[in-house]
Amino acid sequence: MKCTEFLAILDDVIDESIAAQTRAEIEVHLRKCGHCEVVLDTTRKTIEIYRCHEIYELPSEVSERLHNAIMERCKKAK
Amino acid sequence: MSTIQSVAGQDEQHPDVALVERVRAGDVSAYDTLVRKYERQLFRISQHITQNREDAEDVMQDAFLKAYEKLDQFQGNSKFYTWLVRIAVNESLMRLRKRRTGKMVSIDDDIVTEEGSMPRDFADWAPNPEQNYNQAELAEILKKTIQGLPEGFRLVFALRDVEGLSTEETAETLGLSVPAVKSRLLRARLQLRDRLTRYFKKKTPAVAPQVNGAEA
Ligand SMILES: [Zn+2]
Repeated sequence: MKCTEFLAILDDVIDESIAAQTRAEIEVHLRKCGHCEVVLDTTRKTIEIYRCHEIYELPSEVSERLHNAIMERCKKAK
Repeated sequence: MSTIQSVAGQDEQHPDVALVERVRAGDVSAYDTLVRKYERQLFRISQHITQNREDAEDVMQDAFLKAYEKLDQFQGNSKFYTWLVRIAVNESLMRLRKRRTGKMVSIDDDIVTEEGSMPRDFADWAPNPEQNYNQAELAEILKKTIQGLPEGFRLVFALRDVEGLSTEETAETLGLSVPAVKSRLLRARLQLRDRLTRYFKKKTPAVAPQVNGAEA
């Protein structure tokens, strides 16, 4: 397996939708290719960081205000 | 935090469906439950698209109201959440168009460039690199980084990776083909990774590390 081949299936590797045969080839490649290993590892971390950190926080008082406004408008709509 | 819904079996009814039924029968309190369940996600998605807090607040309200009014059109065979997200995405795009008068906003503009499909920086990250920044700094870095992505990439990443929609759901929501979502997702992930590497890479010490206290 070449680096370009690995990168082409990087998403499938991350999403774990890879056939066993290919997985073995990937492991062989990663053992000898530091670059691809770093790319895989840090791409996984990138996704994880965005999943774990709320960058657009909704403070509870804002949330409450919006929630009430929504329900108010819905009740009127009926 | 994002809610990643487990895929319910075909014959298993999603709890949202029962709530929707109750709303249809005139029970507004059931809608209250649905709003509470998804308001954070909808707000985040609207922020990702409009990149403006006020707009996101308006969009979130409008989307829930629209969903309420159009509830009869909701087909039980698609997930209520996905249906709701689609409404919020459309409302957000409409809001964007209003702001950028004259300039068309389209997420299905074909991005022909191959740019960003190859990683450039191969430096490894420090262990737990987030810990080198305080909460506010980290939020700023993550915000700035994702806002720098082309719109079509940013949205695919936000829906698929942050909100946990499947590739198919993301495609359906954005009106894109599955291969288009896949190609954007890969580039979004790689570009974010490259940009975050600037902040998170291992610091290579300029001088040999000193033993604690060895410095006079
Ligand atoms: Zn490689």
